[in-house]
Amino acid sequence: MPDAPLLAAKDLHHAFGPVEVLHGVDIDFRAGEVHALVGENGAGKSTLMKCLSGYWQPAAGTVLLDGAEVRFRDSGAAEARGLVLIHQEFNLADDLTVEENVFLGREIARGPFLDKRAMRVRTAQLLAQLDTHVDPRARVADLSVSDKQMVEIAKAVSREVRVLFMDEPTDVLTGAETEVLFGLIRRLTAEGVAVVYVSHKLDEVMTIADRVTILRDGHHIATKDIGTTSEHEMARLMVGRELADMYPPKEIRPDAPVVLEVRDFQVPGSVVSASFDVRQGEVLAFAGLVGAGRTELFEGLLGLRPGHGTVRLRGQPLRLRHPEAAKQAGIAYLTEDRKGKGLMTEMRLRPNLTLQALERYARPFLDEAAERAALETAQHEFDIRAARLDVLAGTLSGGNQQKLVLAKIMLTTPDIVILDEPTRGIDVGTKREIYFYIAELARQGKAVVVISSELPEVIGLAHRVVVMRSGRITGVLDPSRMTEEEIVQYATGLKDEGDGYGHALGDAVA
Amino acid sequence: MGMDTPSATRSPSGLARVLRRVDWQTFTPLLGLVALFVLGALINPVFLSPNNLLNVLTRSSFIGIIAVGATFVIIAGGIDLSVGSMAAFIAGAMILAMNRWNDDIASNVLVILLGVALALVLGLVAGFLNGFAITRGRIEPFIVTLGTLGIYRALVTYLADGGTISLELGLRGTYRPVFYGYVLGIPWPVVIFAIVAVVGSILLHRTRFGRYVQAIGSNADVARYSAIRVNRVKTLTYVIAGVCVAIAVVIYVPRLGSASGSTGLLWELEAIAAVIIGGTALKGGSGHVWGTIVGALLLTTIGNVLNLTDVISQYLNQAVQGLIIIGAVLLQRGRRG
Repeated sequence: MPDAPLLAAKDLHHAFGPVEVLHGVDIDFRAGEVHALVGENGAGKSTLMKCLSGYWQPAAGTVLLDGAEVRFRDSGAAEARGLVLIHQEFNLADDLTVEENVFLGREIARGPFLDKRAMRVRTAQLLAQLDTHVDPRARVADLSVSDKQMVEIAKAVSREVRVLFMDEPTDVLTGAETEVLFGLIRRLTAEGVAVVYVSHKLDEVMTIADRVTILRDGHHIATKDIGTTSEHEMARLMVGRELADMYPPKEIRPDAPVVLEVRDFQVPGSVVSASFDVRQGEVLAFAGLVGAGRTELFEGLLGLRPGHGTVRLRGQPLRLRHPEAAKQAGIAYLTEDRKGKGLMTEMRLRPNLTLQALERYARPFLDEAAERAALETAQHEFDIRAARLDVLAGTLSGGNQQKLVLAKIMLTTPDIVILDEPTRGIDVGTKREIYFYIAELARQGKAVVVISSELPEVIGLAHRVVVMRSGRITGVLDPSRMTEEEIVQYATGLKDEGDGYGHALGDAVA
Repeated sequence: MGMDTPSATRSPSGLARVLRRVDWQTFTPLLGLVALFVLGALINPVFLSPNNLLNVLTRSSFIGIIAVGATFVIIAGGIDLSVGSMAAFIAGAMILAMNRWNDDIASNVLVILLGVALALVLGLVAGFLNGFAITRGRIEPFIVTLGTLGIYRALVTYLADGGTISLELGLRGTYRPVFYGYVLGIPWPVVIFAIVAVVGSILLHRTRFGRYVQAIGSNADVARYSAIRVNRVKTLTYVIAGVCVAIAVVIYVPRLGSASGSTGLLWELEAIAAVIIGGTALKGGSGHVWGTIVGALLLTTIGNVLNLTDVISQYLNQAVQGLIIIGAVLLQRGRRG
């Protein structure tokens, strides 16, 4: 591996308004290496990447490409020099085809006309190189999330990328897709591309990265060769202190009464049939692969999408036609899509916090002082870190956004709390805070359902685990059987016990 | 969860902070209106005479009242193109009904009150139908209201048999003061406009309903996941728009005492223009009723100033309005990133 850095930053500063978020970061990236950036939410990883790839102009400091100082007017100028950032939210035109996207803005033309054939051939070559089955003529809107990411990468590769910045690339990928991505990354680095890899998943960092840089509160903390560090050390450096136990102790309550009974619940197109009980004071986890129907099951239960079945709340029949009825029944749902369905990113924190429980602040006219007081209380209780309380919700870091959504749904004082991927895309310190909060909810006697694709989290938190596969429940595991191997076997179909209520062998959803 | 010290930072200088935080672009329409007043006064001293100013306010009131309703629709992420022809239809139906009732009912005042009630009911129903088709039928608001625009315009032309529907003279005399009369020296239309504006402003900014309207325009999915009855709230915004149209008709009918196929032509565009000039985003999510009022006043004042000067032909009125609309949006763009 050559030692001269391809891209380097010296004493880089950046500020949003009066708030400085990068305080003089030094970092370098070598050709052919995977350089991971890790840190808590708000540590400055995204800001650093955007300063290096032309999206933002650093307030001070220098950026060196091949040893020469560069300044990029915008991201297009950076891309022209081979510095490409792939966003968490993709920059693809949904209504255009894959090939049209790959060549968007740089179309191959013969005279005044587009040379569609040349573009299709070139796109097919690129996609083959990436080992994907994506059809160059497919409309991007019809692709799965992971295929969209492949298209983004193909687009970057077609631009003769030299430094590829990837922001949480595996957040939306399944295990197998992650393997494909890693293979691709290795091929790119073999050709001398530097890959900058931002992730919260420290095990992935250990697998794919050559070096790792830890950021904390906008400061460069350490850069280490991956062979000389460990997940534990990275976590410690990120948080700045020893992390005590990641998961709170579980209180066992074998005989707690059943709060919510669900029998033969069906959601057209997603859930064939599901029956299960949720007990008071328990954390019930729903595990399974992406697409197993877990989110759809609970959205159906809460009236967010069509579904039918028998539901009883403390023995009384319950029919939820609309989320408002769920709220009145004391059931709250935290969506997995916090930016799309959880927060109004262009509004301030206060209206976001009180939106779901607004009737408490209307007497009959809205009492803004009471709303502000609620925000201050929530800020303390959930440790929401914002530069100011009147910022827009979209400017918060991912972890703080999640705390805000959590505070928002808890303002309705629910008895049953359904949390869908509550720690997706957030850092290890905030994750731990959320785990302890979940345990505290259960201790207070609330029934908590956690839908999660992270098995350590499922095992660390749950009193029981329900595993789903292709729209059906394949097993309900108690602590004696709660291991990653066991859960994976039920999630992939190697083992199948059904839900124990007679619909064990229904047809899986295609 | 952790009880660490809250890390909200405070910038050092209080005044500087306040000045920085004031959203100056919010006030550009108001500054534009002030500039127009200065210009008007310089061009012709008559402009600032109380009579002329009241005249401007009175003329603003139709579009202003309709625009208050349109503000709700647009903030919730919708659009209502039907308000102009809805106004014509309600005016025509109201006049026909009053003429009919006049034969049986002795009291003119009672006939007019019944007519007003009918207008309000028609506005409410028409707005509801728009909202119902949009939410239940899941059709784009642009399409639905483009359809009802055509339907109401055709209905009023049909009712008038291609001509003009006129209010009977006796009723006209009784009804006349609602447009030409004064309360405490202020014309009735202006008083009604002010009431609509205040009620609309309170509804939008001080009630749950208003907050829900903004939430839906900002992100309808978030609203739905927050247990808000999105369809109900959206439909209500169209009902408000319909009722505002009816109120505007109630003060419009006594002005001319008639309605025809060309009544209220292009009012929908003027109402939308007033809302946009007032700083409401066409994609919804945020806006102010007072901004809309300023927008409506601005549009009328342009016409008035052009009337008082020979520098620009008054035939260019709409061109100037068009420039102002585009300019207003350009000035506000910085804030929306």
